[in-house]
Amino acid sequence: MSSNLVAAGDHPVYDYKVVRQFAIMTIVWGIVGMGVGVLIAAQLVWPQLNDIFQPYTHFGRLRPLHTNAVIFAFGGCALFGTSYYVVQRTCQAKLWGGWLVPFTFWGWQLVIVLAAITLPLGYTTTKEYAELEWPIDILIAIVWVSYALVFFGTIVKRKTSHIYVANWFYGGFILTVAVLHIVNSAAIPISWMKSYSAYAGAADAMVQWWYGHNAVGFFLTAGFLGMMYYFVPKQADRPVYSYQLSIVHFWALISIYIWAGAHHLHYSALPDWAQSLGMVMSLILLAPSWGGMINGIMTLSGAWHKLRTDPTLRFLVVSLSFYGMSTFEGPMMSIKTVNALSHNTDWTIGHVHAGALGWVAMISIGAIYHLLPILFGRKEMYSVKWINIHFWLATIGTVLYIASMWVNGIMQGLMWRAFNDDGTLTYSFVEAVQASYPGYFVRFLGGVFFLSGMVLMAYNAYRTAQTPDSVDAKADAKPQTV
Amino acid sequence: MDKGMLGAISTVLMAIAFAGVCWWAFAPKRRKRFDDAANLPFADEGDDVTNNDDNEVDETDSSTDDVARRD
Repeated sequence: MSSNLVAAGDHPVYDYKVVRQFAIMTIVWGIVGMGVGVLIAAQLVWPQLNDIFQPYTHFGRLRPLHTNAVIFAFGGCALFGTSYYVVQRTCQAKLWGGWLVPFTFWGWQLVIVLAAITLPLGYTTTKEYAELEWPIDILIAIVWVSYALVFFGTIVKRKTSHIYVANWFYGGFILTVAVLHIVNSAAIPISWMKSYSAYAGAADAMVQWWYGHNAVGFFLTAGFLGMMYYFVPKQADRPVYSYQLSIVHFWALISIYIWAGAHHLHYSALPDWAQSLGMVMSLILLAPSWGGMINGIMTLSGAWHKLRTDPTLRFLVVSLSFYGMSTFEGPMMSIKTVNALSHNTDWTIGHVHAGALGWVAMISIGAIYHLLPILFGRKEMYSVKWINIHFWLATIGTVLYIASMWVNGIMQGLMWRAFNDDGTLTYSFVEAVQASYPGYFVRFLGGVFFLSGMVLMAYNAYRTAQTPDSVDAKADAKPQTV
Repeated sequence: MDKGMLGAISTVLMAIAFAGVCWWAFAPKRRKRFDDAANLPFADEGDDVTNNDDNEVDETDSSTDDVARRD
């Protein structure tokens, strides 16, 4: 795998080395992050698993490790890799930045390794999805600014006159995450591994969830929509359904998402008007979300038959269905009366995973399956049949996960709010926990399904990289369809 | 100016901005331009399949339409 640059015709030489590195690490961190997820799911079914190596294997310490690993390690590597690939291909320019390019790769891997060490040791700011302590936060900021320089530097030197919509989404994601991370991580250090937030009380909560929800909105949505706008048309071999709609989609999505975070703080000390604003903005968000989903799915109009034979395309399209489902569920759950039932229950966890497994992971997996043969100079993956098996493992896993959490969540919400005639609670808390056991087991099962698909993917990728090549470069320049 | 008035003004401004984006995107005179833009992912095709790593290809070959690669 010594060749890192690809040249073609009058097109420039592309830098594929960094894309390849990120693509491989996407799979590796996917297995690690989802593996930890399966472990903590098992801990909720068999609590004695907390005691493997106390206190480091306690649920409370492993849970942030799981979220950081799947969001920032798995999702992050997928975003870095695909954005570097897409920006080069659609700008017809080699990555700008020289040593900054490998620095973003190694810097990001260092952040992940530091997270994997410090979180089990118990170092945490306690801010959800921003648990890492301040020295790591500074490293993240430096890597992220380098990422922005590489990405926008490449856009500046583009050979095409127009900036393709995927790059708008990637660019919006990079800029906004920089702002979110730097503002939310503002803290006063009192020692090397301990700091206190620069904000206090309800303001701190609001800043945290402005960050937290936009981590969903920009990291897990805008970035992956950038992926969608390149890889869905490319894999379907036809341009996006409506480019005009994609422009409206971009501006509407980024200007509304930023206001929705307050729905995480319903019925809290946050002023009532701010809660209502968060709810209304979340409801409006349904429109751009579904606009984007329809745009992606309709790209296949006239080419639906390709779904029958191309499991990579299946991953991409089903991810959009899950995206549509979770962006309907989200606004619904942000309605205050619905939230009164769903808040703090497993319904929230199910909702997050409808997005995380169904949308984020599935579109990343589809994009990586599209990329790997190109990056390793093959015509297609070692086994397309295995992609299909992976697709079904992922789909069944996701459905088991979210269905069990719906049942658990609604049941918990109803049990917690049930009163007797004399005003006492009908159920003690532990009765709701007991009733959740079957759901926890089904959730664990769903996780095992999803994880085993990732392991199969890793082996498929390994064989693809190893298989002696039989591809003639001139033979077929079309995306893989089997 | 009280908070209600500010809210009303910003709502109207946002509505105008949204209508503006829609008009800009869907105006018929920009249709051709956006149709071209939609095809950007396919503009550099021919790069999708690369040669085997084992085949050392001279760098000067990159001036042809073939896909070549170098270290």
